[in-house]
Amino acid sequence: MKSKGKPKVAVFKLASCDGCQLSLLDAEDELLAVAGAVEIAYFPEATSTMLRGPYDIGLVEGSVTTHHDAERIHQIRRQCHTLITIGACATSGGIQALRNWADSGEMVAHVYASPGHISTLKMSTPVAEHVPVDFELRGCPINKEQLLECISALLAGRKPNIPTYSVCLECKRRDTVCVMVARGVPCLGPVTCAGCGGICPAMGRGCYGCFGPMETPNTAALAAQYKAMGQSREEIIHAFRSYNAWSWQFRKAGEEAEHG
Amino acid sequence: MNKVRTIKVDMLTRVEGEGSVYVRFRGDKVAEVKLKIFEPPRLFEAFLRGRHFREVPDIVARICGICPVAYQMSAVHALESILGVHPPPAVRALRRLLYCGEWIESHALHVYLLHAPDFLGYPDALTMAHHHGPAVKAGLALKKTGNQLVIALGGREIHPVGARVGGFYRMPASNELAQLLPALREARELALGMVELVRTLEFPAFERDYEFVALRHPAEYAMNEGRVVSSQGIDVAPELYGEHFFEKHIGYSNALHSGIKGRGSYLVGPLARFNLNFDRLPAYVQQLARESGVEPPCRNPFKSIIVRAIETLVAVEEATRIIEEYEPPPEDPMRLGGQEPAPRAGVGHACTEAPRGILYHRYELDAHGLVVSARIVPPTAQNQKGIEEDLWGVAEQSANLNEERLRLLCEQSIRNYDPCISCATHFLRLDVRRS
Repeated sequence: MKSKGKPKVAVFKLASCDGCQLSLLDAEDELLAVAGAVEIAYFPEATSTMLRGPYDIGLVEGSVTTHHDAERIHQIRRQCHTLITIGACATSGGIQALRNWADSGEMVAHVYASPGHISTLKMSTPVAEHVPVDFELRGCPINKEQLLECISALLAGRKPNIPTYSVCLECKRRDTVCVMVARGVPCLGPVTCAGCGGICPAMGRGCYGCFGPMETPNTAALAAQYKAMGQSREEIIHAFRSYNAWSWQFRKAGEEAEHG
Repeated sequence: MNKVRTIKVDMLTRVEGEGSVYVRFRGDKVAEVKLKIFEPPRLFEAFLRGRHFREVPDIVARICGICPVAYQMSAVHALESILGVHPPPAVRALRRLLYCGEWIESHALHVYLLHAPDFLGYPDALTMAHHHGPAVKAGLALKKTGNQLVIALGGREIHPVGARVGGFYRMPASNELAQLLPALREARELALGMVELVRTLEFPAFERDYEFVALRHPAEYAMNEGRVVSSQGIDVAPELYGEHFFEKHIGYSNALHSGIKGRGSYLVGPLARFNLNFDRLPAYVQQLARESGVEPPCRNPFKSIIVRAIETLVAVEEATRIIEEYEPPPEDPMRLGGQEPAPRAGVGHACTEAPRGILYHRYELDAHGLVVSARIVPPTAQNQKGIEEDLWGVAEQSANLNEERLRLLCEQSIRNYDPCISCATHFLRLDVRRS
């Protein structure tokens, strides 16, 4: 871990649940190999060693929700040659971006008795709204295989091979009968980016969009289908407003459902 | 003599989430201790309002990537109590199996990757692996087995998708679960090795007279069900949690402090469970615990690492038993949870044993099944005051150590609690108080 010349990797956390950085520790079979191939220079959840930047690769989990983090993300960007955001919080603002439609002052007062002590921004925003990002890894949580692919690709100097097609293809590949067609279960799979492996439809439930929008999703067609299946206006709005609510495609879809 | 000296850790490491610690001495006496949590608030309790109950288990899982199962379990039990749902025995068994998976995964993570390096003098498990390679590999293998149980029932280890209000979206076939038995047999050996490893560690001599709080079940080592009991006589159903425990917002922390009304701090987690439910452990595990240096009442918080190892063994054995006895229901596995329960207005409560201690949820639903209010009290918030009191005692008792060693000791005593700061921050209160 100390030998010179290995790329220095840093892992940073903003507002999040810790699950995406845990994905690295959950790569039980590969962890020691990864630790051998790179120098883990900064990863507070896993090590008390904190080496100063600059870093070759920075992984950022979490969304920007405080003044402090809004400043810190610029420092992080300056320290990292390649900056990768991991997970729905970092790439789309996360579930906590639901505050973006609400009165966040009222929300803080709802949760804390002395809201004056709580410093938080009105909005929860993805890292890319603050600084340029080199690659975004989607998912709530990310898929650890995709994380390993991403790190391997960077070490090899190639582009990560991460799909941008929909969850539907994953269902076809694993022979899952379409829950929407066969059972009439509302499913966000047609507009959601692949990456999870199609786990929800495989359990007979609809996709709830935790990997965020696929490339060029047809959200209007899906919203119309939901309506035809008897979903209420609120149910359609909530379907788009969850873990990736602030991604522009789902944000637009939610607003269309609200006003259209 | 009255020289002011401060010990500061600006960024706690090997904990889940962001916090710092500050200890100020005046002479040899500790004058102030602050465990600050600066993890940004995420306001879950606020944005849960208006969401349908079917969405709640998935939403609250996002509070914590380390213990999402705990959030799902407390949520489904609280919501089912409102909706009048009583899941069949097979569902009950699989929920316990799911929890076993999370206990194994979380305890192995904490013992090997986060806490053992303190005792053995390393900055992290990866460095520790240079000298203790087999131990670190054993820890990773155990953690993987725990994760595989969660994956078998939930599709993935973090934020699994199988649990729902009423049961599971899909019940596994018995041969799917049976495939896990070889790994569990190996895990049993690894867990015994884990006990062997931790019992030989060196433990700082420190004890405190805690009030322990845990769930207690009539027959089992409690995970999903039981009464909330304490070592000083509390014995109530989870519905009455609010009558005995309070939460207070402390200015320097984004997490709320908990206490017992009329008394003060208390301790939840492995040590509390062990002390209160020792008689629910199999006789040979009790014997193993005694031989390993822990027996109730164990009041040395540093020995919680031994109890985590013991609980890992218990969870491995429970998982094995549940899988061996599992008979999937004859119906369509995807229909077992039945139709979604009909909405009903009401208030429901539940406590379950997260790896770090009891996790209390309370929900109010309206007649359409939408959340009117939610209150979530995570274990780390409950332990926060006790952690500060430990720091107070540990620091004072070791005031003669040099700065660096004292700082390390303070960090180690915080890690005794496996604090999940991400969890602690997102919690809220139900009674809105606006000044």
